[in-house]
Amino acid sequence: MEWSFVIEKFALVTIVFVVTLVIAMYSTLAERKIAGFMQDRYGPDRAGIFGLLQPFCDGGKFFFKEEIIPAGAHKTLFIMGPTIAIITACISSAVIPWGQSLTIGDRVISLQVADVNVGILYMFGVIALGVYGIMLGGWASNNKFSLMGAIRAASQSISYEIAMGLSIIALLMITGSLSLKEIVADQSGFVNWNIWSQPLGFIIFMVCAFAECNRVPFDLPECETELVGGYHTEYSSMKLGLYMFSEYINMFVSSALMASLYFGGYNFPFMNDLGLSENWITILGVLAFFIKIFAFIFFFMWVRWTLPRFRYDQLMNLGWKMLIPLAIANIVLTGIITLIKDTYFS
Amino acid sequence: MTVFYLVAFLSIFFALMTIFTKNPVHSVLYLVITFFTFTIHYILLNAQFLAVVNFIVYMGAIMVLFLFVLMLLNLNKDTEPMKSNLVKMMGVIAGCCLVVVLFGAFRVFDLSNPLIVKDPDIGLVKNLGKVLFKEFLLPFELSSILLLTAMIGAVLLAKKETRKV
Repeated sequence: MEWSFVIEKFALVTIVFVVTLVIAMYSTLAERKIAGFMQDRYGPDRAGIFGLLQPFCDGGKFFFKEEIIPAGAHKTLFIMGPTIAIITACISSAVIPWGQSLTIGDRVISLQVADVNVGILYMFGVIALGVYGIMLGGWASNNKFSLMGAIRAASQSISYEIAMGLSIIALLMITGSLSLKEIVADQSGFVNWNIWSQPLGFIIFMVCAFAECNRVPFDLPECETELVGGYHTEYSSMKLGLYMFSEYINMFVSSALMASLYFGGYNFPFMNDLGLSENWITILGVLAFFIKIFAFIFFFMWVRWTLPRFRYDQLMNLGWKMLIPLAIANIVLTGIITLIKDTYFS
Repeated sequence: MTVFYLVAFLSIFFALMTIFTKNPVHSVLYLVITFFTFTIHYILLNAQFLAVVNFIVYMGAIMVLFLFVLMLLNLNKDTEPMKSNLVKMMGVIAGCCLVVVLFGAFRVFDLSNPLIVKDPDIGLVKNLGKVLFKEFLLPFELSSILLLTAMIGAVLLAKKETRKV
């Protein structure tokens, strides 16, 4: 193992980690600003200009609040809950290709931390693991409302994982690869984006992503009107902060995943006709990727302040009786179209 | 090789912890860690697909359902039914049978002539898929029918029976 390789990967991991945390921090501000905009008010504007220092104030407040572990709680698992939630949220971004490769001198640096052969499945695994954080935290709190939240989270995430997996299968039938790097590289330009060939798959995937992130309209695990605070009712200070943070990181990562699976990742229109050098294309590509991610994050927030929450039976009906049959139909349709294309138009 | 021995030790250790802990939720969590060590074993064998599927299906789905049921039941020491001596005796006999079988397996196992996999990349998705859909198509399809049957059976069992008028 070369040292330069280790240093390169270490630097890349650090940058991705810091960027993830900063984006998660400012997502909290953006959420409140967008809520203010939608409801015709200002939102936070006291700390710094436009309230830009608000996330730091919130973070400081979380650190200095009194930390309470309830007497009847299971202490180890109570601490493990938010820990698992934040760790799984942070490691899921490892396989996302942030850009093409940069050439510095004679070194080619790939802007992807790990090009795993089964990249998408790795993401699925980590997302599936994330629900343990919520379940353990909710159970260990020794509180009825927390337990209800935890159980809702578990059944919701399992139900929607199935539809999510099925919607991905149709995509894989077109791309023929499980590696995120190859999937993104296949979508160069604008007309090759997977959204044009998989519109239905994208909609199913997006709905499932909302459900997996526990975002409105699927935020039943923490449904305030019924369950006080859901799985994090008993949490205070930075442990609560970690739960909130992991939700925003998950939102960022799933936006990045949607952008790279269906919207071409770092590819942007006319990227090969500009006549720029490789490095400039890469840098512009990273910018384009982040613009797409921010657009998705905005969409997440837009939906939150537009749609009301589902009822629990509606959520289950949507998952099992609508999304799964639709996803299966999508697979069959994709198969038929691919077959016709290969037989008659190749 | 050292990595293998470390991971093997961990899998056996956590498997034993699964059995010996009193609290059922802890037991399931140790089982989750045991499955995680299995995932590491698969990665060491270069079987990436199997590793990830083990990760998703066992750790991500089945164990979550186990935990789900245990949390709903809320088992603890007081509500645990006492097992009769007959059941304990049967357990001992079954354990002894397992030991005999394992020893028998070890006796015929030829350590001096290890099996060498011809193609070390057989565990990658592409190769695995080709083997499954070309050489082992019939068993593969049959097992999928088996799974489908089991699924339909589960749905039928869960369905509430409508009363005849």
